[in-house]
Amino acid sequence: MRHARVERWSRGTSSIHSYHPVARILATGVLLVTIATLGPGSSTACALYFTLLAGTALLAGLPLLELLVSATVVLPFALCFAVISALSGDSEQAAMLLARGYLSALAALLLMATTPLPSLFSGLETLRVPRFLLLVMQFLYRYLIVLAGEAGTMRDAAKSRGGGARSIEFRQAAGAAGVLFARSFARAEAIHRAMLSRGFSGHMPASEGRPFASSDGAFLLLAAGTAIIIRVNAA
Amino acid sequence: MHIPDGFLKFPVWAAMDAVAIPVVGVVAWRAQRNFQDNRVPLMGVMGAFIFAAQMINFPVGSGTSGHLVGAALLSFTLGPAAAAIVMTAILAIQALVFQDGGVLALGANVFNMALAGVAAGYLPWLLFGGRQVGIFLGAALSLLVSAFLALAELMISGVPMPVPVLAVSVGLFLVSAVMEGAITLVVVQAIERIQPGFLRRPAASHRKILAFGALAATVFAVTAAIFVSETPDGIVSVLRRAGVSAPSVGLFHSPVADYQLDSAMAPWLSRSLAGLAGLVIVYVVCLVIARMITASRPVPRREGA
Amino acid sequence: MSLIVSVRGLRYTFDDGTEALRGIDFDLEAGQAIALLGPNGSGKTTFGLHLNGILKGKGTVVIDGLPVEERNLRQIRQIVGVVFQDSENQLFMPTVLEDVAFGLLAAGHGREAAESRAREALAETGMLHKENKAPWHLSAGEKRRAAIAGILAMDPKLLVLDEPTTFLDPPGQRELVQLLARLPQAKILITHDTAFARQLTDEAVFFQEGMIVARGPIEAVTAEYGW
Repeated sequence: MRHARVERWSRGTSSIHSYHPVARILATGVLLVTIATLGPGSSTACALYFTLLAGTALLAGLPLLELLVSATVVLPFALCFAVISALSGDSEQAAMLLARGYLSALAALLLMATTPLPSLFSGLETLRVPRFLLLVMQFLYRYLIVLAGEAGTMRDAAKSRGGGARSIEFRQAAGAAGVLFARSFARAEAIHRAMLSRGFSGHMPASEGRPFASSDGAFLLLAAGTAIIIRVNAA
Repeated sequence: MHIPDGFLKFPVWAAMDAVAIPVVGVVAWRAQRNFQDNRVPLMGVMGAFIFAAQMINFPVGSGTSGHLVGAALLSFTLGPAAAAIVMTAILAIQALVFQDGGVLALGANVFNMALAGVAAGYLPWLLFGGRQVGIFLGAALSLLVSAFLALAELMISGVPMPVPVLAVSVGLFLVSAVMEGAITLVVVQAIERIQPGFLRRPAASHRKILAFGALAATVFAVTAAIFVSETPDGIVSVLRRAGVSAPSVGLFHSPVADYQLDSAMAPWLSRSLAGLAGLVIVYVVCLVIARMITASRPVPRREGA
Repeated sequence: MSLIVSVRGLRYTFDDGTEALRGIDFDLEAGQAIALLGPNGSGKTTFGLHLNGILKGKGTVVIDGLPVEERNLRQIRQIVGVVFQDSENQLFMPTVLEDVAFGLLAAGHGREAAESRAREALAETGMLHKENKAPWHLSAGEKRRAAIAGILAMDPKLLVLDEPTTFLDPPGQRELVQLLARLPQAKILITHDTAFARQLTDEAVFFQEGMIVARGPIEAVTAEYGW
């Protein structure tokens, strides 16, 4: 699965991986803004951004080709609108939609491929994202794999017993979703019990990141600065 | 429809971030104050359930199938506030981990699906007191509102929408809405058969407030839908009349930057400054709200067995 | 010898009216191990959840001299370590180390102290090399050992293990026996696996329809009820 691969990448040990998560989050933010505001005919800037992202990926020791292919998930959506643009006689806008969509996805993917989820969450918490939301996200991600596994097992079990008429299949799917729902509720209850058994009294322990060092600042400055310089010269 | 980055114009995504983030912040703060972290496992697992349930295919004839979207189902079972947070968490995980939907566009996607979508789904549920018609209409309306908002945001951002494309989109939305309504209805029925008591009938005292909020979201959505049905030029002229300096269609050919800070500046400078200033504004707004939340949080301890 | 568990007249009825426990009397001395046998739905797990106050029925439950009441819960949950049947539900934190440290942090220990104690517990269960792994990267046996580490980190005096051999392959089961045999705590083993239970204790009680119907040597109990 996609998330498993990105997670494996995120456990790398390169210098890029070692910077403070806040530095990588902010650098990605600046990069995304500068890419999102690129105007028409910025093909040179697009190429430079691509080089910047690819270069960083190589520095981070990531398999470049796999990363580049991974980022193409955005293309079906982008292509759809690009084709409409092109048909409306605006091929330049079509190209920009594709380029901006792809580069933005690549930038977000690069952040995830160099930042393990727990440290991303702690970075976001430092940036004052509500803790409650982050905790929900943490549990969501944790049990995503478990519940997807259950859904997969149920699907296989249903397939093994063959299907009937279409209308019945629709009802069966609803039954499966209903069972999955009830099981999820029961699992949430079981998790809550396990938490209470271990002394949980309504507060999750806060995560504790390392302090922001000057080298983190230098990385942020360099990455954001490069992105801004590319953007400035594109205009 | 998860909008990726690179499709919305700066004023659009920044405005949506500026609206969505404080609202989510306040809802999250209220959730934290009311339930502390006791409902965190439930909300996280139900978010995971929505992901997993989307793996289940619902056959709808001639080899095609649909799947549950789930915003309405969550609002019927967890209540609208919790549903909004769970949907936000789902969208954030999708954007970050799966690159499904943009990071800068997250505010727009959250607004469309987690806020307006949940509210629009909850309104018929309130009005019909949890009857079948309310479940069906709620789910269908939830999907319609989210989809129309996304379409409107794309159009306002100058993504071209020729009339035939619009017609096809609207048709697809209607079909998807009917499917979401039908799927949600049968799933709710299945849940009630397996174990009754999961559905949260709204408390009478909350009905008025919630109904009003949902109604406001619906009116907004309908307005957006009307925009969409107008010609693109119509949108621009309406916005101009309303004093909004919206980007014109075919904007990329325009010699003048659409969101200049100062016309004397070079366009690239004003653009990047505007972009960065927008991010800073969004950030400051969030920070202020976060401060307000942390300042007023003498959380009472409560055992939740 | 002092009693670590003393239960008198415990009754519990589920919301749907099912009587799960119908008058349980049960004692266990500190450091002793006992197996809870009996058919599915006979009340074994429900009983286990009363020992740390997750469920609250009628009757008295006293743990290490402390009645299980609201005001004692914090202390009792440190004394009683429950290892749940599905470790997946118990390992809810992003990494093994954070999960093992969870209870300590919830109890108010500082992060450094909590993490160093968590590492000791991981070393005890042979899981220290996996401290930075996410729980879903672990095998079933490793998940179980990580879950037990999370309990041991709290220095409990009583371990309640609910079907600890489920999902474990034979080597995993042997490792679990070796680990549990080393631990000095009193143990309540809720299990269908009598071969496993015999390696850790000679004594068993038999649950039937919410009551304890027999207590004695495992062989005698299993022979009497055709187990």
